[in-house]
Amino acid sequence: MAMTDNQTRFQHDDDHVAVIIGSGAGGGTLANELAQQGIDVVVLEAGAIHTRDDFLADEWASFSQLAWLDPRTTSGSFRLAKDFPNLPAWIVKSVGGTTVHWAGASLRIQPHEFRALSEYGKVEGANLLDWPVTYDELAPYYTRAEDRMGVTRTNDIPGLPGNNNFHVMYTGAKNLGYECNTGHMAINSQIRDGRASCQQRGFCFQGCRTGAKWSTLYTELPAAIATGHMELRPQSHVAHIEHDAQGKVTGVVYFDANGDQQRQKARLVAVAGNSLETPRLLLNSASSLFPDGLANSSGQVGRNYMRHTTGSVYATFDEPVHMYRGTTMAGIISDEAHHDPSRGFVGGYEMETVSLGLPFMAAFFDPGAWGSDFTGALDQYDHMAGMWLVGEDMPRESNRITLNTDLKDAFGMPVANVHYDDHPNDIAMREHAYRQGSAIYESVGAKNIYRTPPYPSTHNLGSCRMSQRAQDGVCNGFGQSHDIPNLFISDGSQFTTSATENPTLTIVSLAIRQAEHIGQLMKEGIV
Amino acid sequence: MPSTSLSRRTFLKTTGGALVGTLAFASGPIALLAPSRSWAMPLDALSSHEGEVLLQVTKHLFPHPGLEDAVYAFVVKDLDRAAEAEANRTLLQGGVKALDDDASGDWLALAPNDQYLRVASLEGTSFFEKVRSTAIVSLYNNPLAFTHFGYQGEEGDKGYLYNGFSDLTWLPEPPQPANGYMPGEVPS
Repeated sequence: MAMTDNQTRFQHDDDHVAVIIGSGAGGGTLANELAQQGIDVVVLEAGAIHTRDDFLADEWASFSQLAWLDPRTTSGSFRLAKDFPNLPAWIVKSVGGTTVHWAGASLRIQPHEFRALSEYGKVEGANLLDWPVTYDELAPYYTRAEDRMGVTRTNDIPGLPGNNNFHVMYTGAKNLGYECNTGHMAINSQIRDGRASCQQRGFCFQGCRTGAKWSTLYTELPAAIATGHMELRPQSHVAHIEHDAQGKVTGVVYFDANGDQQRQKARLVAVAGNSLETPRLLLNSASSLFPDGLANSSGQVGRNYMRHTTGSVYATFDEPVHMYRGTTMAGIISDEAHHDPSRGFVGGYEMETVSLGLPFMAAFFDPGAWGSDFTGALDQYDHMAGMWLVGEDMPRESNRITLNTDLKDAFGMPVANVHYDDHPNDIAMREHAYRQGSAIYESVGAKNIYRTPPYPSTHNLGSCRMSQRAQDGVCNGFGQSHDIPNLFISDGSQFTTSATENPTLTIVSLAIRQAEHIGQLMKEGIV
Repeated sequence: MPSTSLSRRTFLKTTGGALVGTLAFASGPIALLAPSRSWAMPLDALSSHEGEVLLQVTKHLFPHPGLEDAVYAFVVKDLDRAAEAEANRTLLQGGVKALDDDASGDWLALAPNDQYLRVASLEGTSFFEKVRSTAIVSLYNNPLAFTHFGYQGEEGDKGYLYNGFSDLTWLPEPPQPANGYMPGEVPS
């Protein structure tokens, strides 16, 4: 029986429902929070339902099952434009969105990172800004999100047991004077909240079959359906958002599982389609009243797209590691996450273990490679340890999502083009991170050390950012668009800056806070 | 048009070849899995000779000492599958023919280093990229390769919690709480 079989259903012309586009960390959480308040919600999700039983312990097969493979294009000088010109992002098209595929790292953004412009000062070629929300304002919602998601090392939840990959990282970290533990992870280390404890399968990126890892697929969404106030419509691809003569949004036009066009009326619309699809949808919704797209009087829709400064270090050892056994992100070092411009860059970065199975190691280790250097690395696959470097990247107006009118999707809508140039700050940080990551493994006796370039982006941020002033961004500190009071941004697109940390915990916290605000606005009759 | 596709299928059938071989490492991990030491892989679109050249080209691009030809044959199988489309068949057969033509009709007869240099000089051509991009997936995405390289693939599905996720013994065990806790273990 599908989770949607006995759900409440709402009429297409029912204009009192809140429509949420996307069912991932932002959309799925917002849906449940609104439904718990008794607010009727329709969630339109482009992807199909794939349950835990459907998930595959096979990297390529799972990729075909879960990844967003609709066409996209790239431009700019970032290496992805060469390596994966049609796959700028590795995100999910499935109910639950990217919470199906995420690794589970749940770190709070640091207080100073909410004040990036004030703390770092102006950085040439960057479009830094302070968030219109402070750490202290968000802190209570972080607390609620950590409890909801069952984040280890919070709420008296023990840390996950460390795997082999962690053991190598931990030893090297200590050699360099770093702290290191198995991280704050939204993965059950003990049975909790009706979900199992982690069995260390090593397929976090392929969907968690035991449900130990938090995903809206089997937490927020069924909880919302159970209230009788939420209807989930999978395989519903929204093409554009409609508005009335006063400029308030009135509903959305979408294509259902049969490819038939449908129109759902709405009292408000919340967009949570990830930082590529969210601005694409606003831009594709251009009208005579809003010729540059919805909520775009600032011209900032699609701009300041961020993807975190990333890279990986893999190292080989005389003795076996078998890094693929157990949680993918099994250990975290945060000692370089602070802001210290004496390192030659602003902002900071995390070092987090990562592992890929043999098929994806071959594909992502050094895209385009061949020859004995490459095969010599893979020959040592079971003696290899790995870490991912992830740090704050600079928001730039020119790093942006635009419509590629030369290429249309299956429904005839222009696809997203992703343009990105690394800022010199990003390059300096990546170099520093590569160096420190390498030093960690050298101190443990590494034989060979390899620098792996960024993967297709998993942390897609900005592109509809929050700002105090309407001319600086797209939405306010509650994700409400500056231009249209009943249009909300509810995903990572809101991020004013990328900060250092893996974004999901912050997306969930913002969604909980936004739901509270929407409930208040509805009581006041504003939306 | 039905008649065209029928004749194409007939053509494919009559020209299809096969790759055959014998496992080189009788006591290797792959031999332990294999029902017999000899193996064969039928080809539909490519001839035996074309298959043998493509297998050797793949070995030059991705040289793994000790990796059985039976694993490289997976790449040839996928190239053969791709070659059912005419554009790919033209590309692959043309690439093989060009190698042969430049080697007095038999590139396979050249010394290995000479073979390698001629393949390396093709980098950037669509023939080279077709073989490379197919191999990067096919060569490393099969159970024989998993066994060879020490990746356990779908075995992970049941979980490594009680089966080796932290069996590394060449480094000291990290202390708790940094190293976390097993399910049911209560932090003291």
